[in-house]
Amino acid sequence: MSLIEIKNLHATVDGKAILKGVDLTINAGEVHAIMGPNGAGKSTLSYVLAGREGYEITEGSVTFGGQDLLSMEIEERAAAGLFLAFQYPVEIPGVSNTTFLKEALNAIRKTRGEAPLDAMQFLKLIRAKAKDLSMTDDMIKRAVNVGFSGGEKKRNEALQMAVLQPKLAILDETDSGLDIDALKIVAEGVNKLRGPERGMLVITHYQRLLDYIVPDVVHVLANGRIVKSGGKDLALELEANGYAQFGVTEAA
Amino acid sequence: MRDEQNQTAKGFVEQVVALAPALSGARGEGLARFAKAGLPSTRVEAWKFTNLRGLDKLTLGPAPDAAAVTVDAIPTALETPGPRLVFVAGQYRADLSRVDDLPDGVVLSSLAAEATPMLGDGPLRTLNSALSSQGAVLRVAAGLKLASPVELVFIAATAGDKAALWNPRIVIDIADGAEATVVEHHVGANADAYVSNIVADVTVGIAARLHHYKLQAEGLDAWHLANVSTHLAQDAVYDTFVLNLGARLARHEARQVLDGTGIEARVSGAYAITGNQVSDITTLIDHAKPHCTSREVVKGVIDGSARAVFQGKIIVRPDAQKTDGYQLNRALLLSEQAEINSKPELEIYADDVKCSHGATAGELDEDQMFYLRARGIPRNAARVLLIGAFLDEALEEIINETVRAYFRARAEAWMGAR
Ligand SMILES: Nc1ncnc2c1ncn2[C@@H]1O[C@H](COP(=O)(O)OP(=O)(O)O)[C@@H](O)[C@H]1O
Ligand SMILES: [Mg+2]
Repeated sequence: MSLIEIKNLHATVDGKAILKGVDLTINAGEVHAIMGPNGAGKSTLSYVLAGREGYEITEGSVTFGGQDLLSMEIEERAAAGLFLAFQYPVEIPGVSNTTFLKEALNAIRKTRGEAPLDAMQFLKLIRAKAKDLSMTDDMIKRAVNVGFSGGEKKRNEALQMAVLQPKLAILDETDSGLDIDALKIVAEGVNKLRGPERGMLVITHYQRLLDYIVPDVVHVLANGRIVKSGGKDLALELEANGYAQFGVTEAA
Repeated sequence: MRDEQNQTAKGFVEQVVALAPALSGARGEGLARFAKAGLPSTRVEAWKFTNLRGLDKLTLGPAPDAAAVTVDAIPTALETPGPRLVFVAGQYRADLSRVDDLPDGVVLSSLAAEATPMLGDGPLRTLNSALSSQGAVLRVAAGLKLASPVELVFIAATAGDKAALWNPRIVIDIADGAEATVVEHHVGANADAYVSNIVADVTVGIAARLHHYKLQAEGLDAWHLANVSTHLAQDAVYDTFVLNLGARLARHEARQVLDGTGIEARVSGAYAITGNQVSDITTLIDHAKPHCTSREVVKGVIDGSARAVFQGKIIVRPDAQKTDGYQLNRALLLSEQAEINSKPELEIYADDVKCSHGATAGELDEDQMFYLRARGIPRNAARVLLIGAFLDEALEEIINETVRAYFRARAEAWMGAR
């Protein structure tokens, strides 16, 4: 069954066309990767799916779990099981990681008709998940992403994903800013979430991450469209030959 | 003619004078002075942003007989209330107050018994001292540390559809080496129109400590005009905080004179307002002597067509070398119509000082909102989280944890009710 179906998606920012007809279907159980040069529209695609304001959808449709995703509020998308791991996680001074995650989890549980977790249950859950990601107690108590290194921020994204257990996780350049050890830890966290009822969309600029999160399908996004799709070998080919074959030259 | 333009709300002033009881001596002279000087218009620099003209719309009547007013709940910041004085419509209610069990050396009483000296400076102080018949006194003897916070509770009440005016006086005197915590509550019902014109005179002796907190949660048709004057002696610690939530117009004017070396003054506040409310926090921190520290953090949230005023003046006198002053003023604007008038003023006459100040006004951060909502937190809850975090930075200034938690809960209730 298809988890998400993106059809002929066009989006503009400030009147500038960024997405120019994206078609992509991810079935439950599949991991798809999107690769592409800088400025191709990868982050834009992830933001449009998550519902960020400032994008105008000029054409196309997105169906998520049978629902019209584009007409849903941001938080409704999250509650329906969509999760975006941000390329640039946002700092929120004054709101602790624990409070943030507890509010998020309980809001999502509420829309699913589940009882909220109490403070003890929640703490137990978050501690276990944090341990999997080698995160310290101190990190989960601190204000959201404030004073976190680039790698810690990405780990924090992985922690949120592990706690919220989404149906579709979109990872936008989760590998950027990570050293190899952190990359392995985060990839392991992501792999733990793989399952027959879940799907993933892994956005990356480099092939390296795909050594650890092995995709079923690889797509190339260039100039706002998916210009090529293939198996995991496509990633290797791109690594070797670059994106020039798709009519784009990359700034070094 | 000039004088005329510097005055406003003349109709209100006339009503006040007409309703006043026959006064003799200094009080009579004070009232006459007030009648002549009138209330300051926005042409007077210190009142540039806060307009008292609306007082003219009130029809004043006598305050109700406090003894006949039923009081359902007495606000408290404490789990178990300690010593307190309760005033209803400006009048002392002995039956609701608790003044037993105070250690020797502590005086906590209604002011009625004490003579109230006439105050000259400013029309509102003059009005207060001419008409004030009641108020609160707390005196703590040298070296005494009063464990339980003292609460001063002012509950509004009006008679019929006439507005009432009361002029409570607060006197707090913490002698050398003593310590006390005072929590003021000013509360009222939304439907009641009244004017509470408060004057507080505070002295903190050598190496004494006073934690002085105030919650202003008047009814939304109320005028709350407070004037606090604090004198600090050598090595004193003064930790004060005002939380402005209520009133149609609230002005909290606080002047502190740091009149000795080694003083630490923490003068902070927060506000959360909406509708057509005006919250004015006007402070003067007067560094008269060397080696003192002052710290001021004032933050607030403005929604609807509400307007906030912050005027924060710091004077460092020629003598006051090695002064360390810090001031931060931040406003969060939640609507297009919300407004902040911020006027920080540093007057520095000494050369070896460290003084910094900063002022910002902004909206809720869109990226933060998106991030929270992208994790499933609904828009409103996300706003509450961000507003709470914003105000927390000011509330953290409150040293007493119990009071801090209570003020935070009150601010959260405000956010939840929006
Ligand atoms: N807010 C914006 N305003 C204008 N242009 C934007 C904005 N966001 C992204 N773009 C442009 O859209 C294009 C795609 O950006 P992005 O989706 O971030 O690419 P990628 O993630 O693939 O590197 C780029 O040319 C970028 O400059
Ligand atoms: Mg990107």
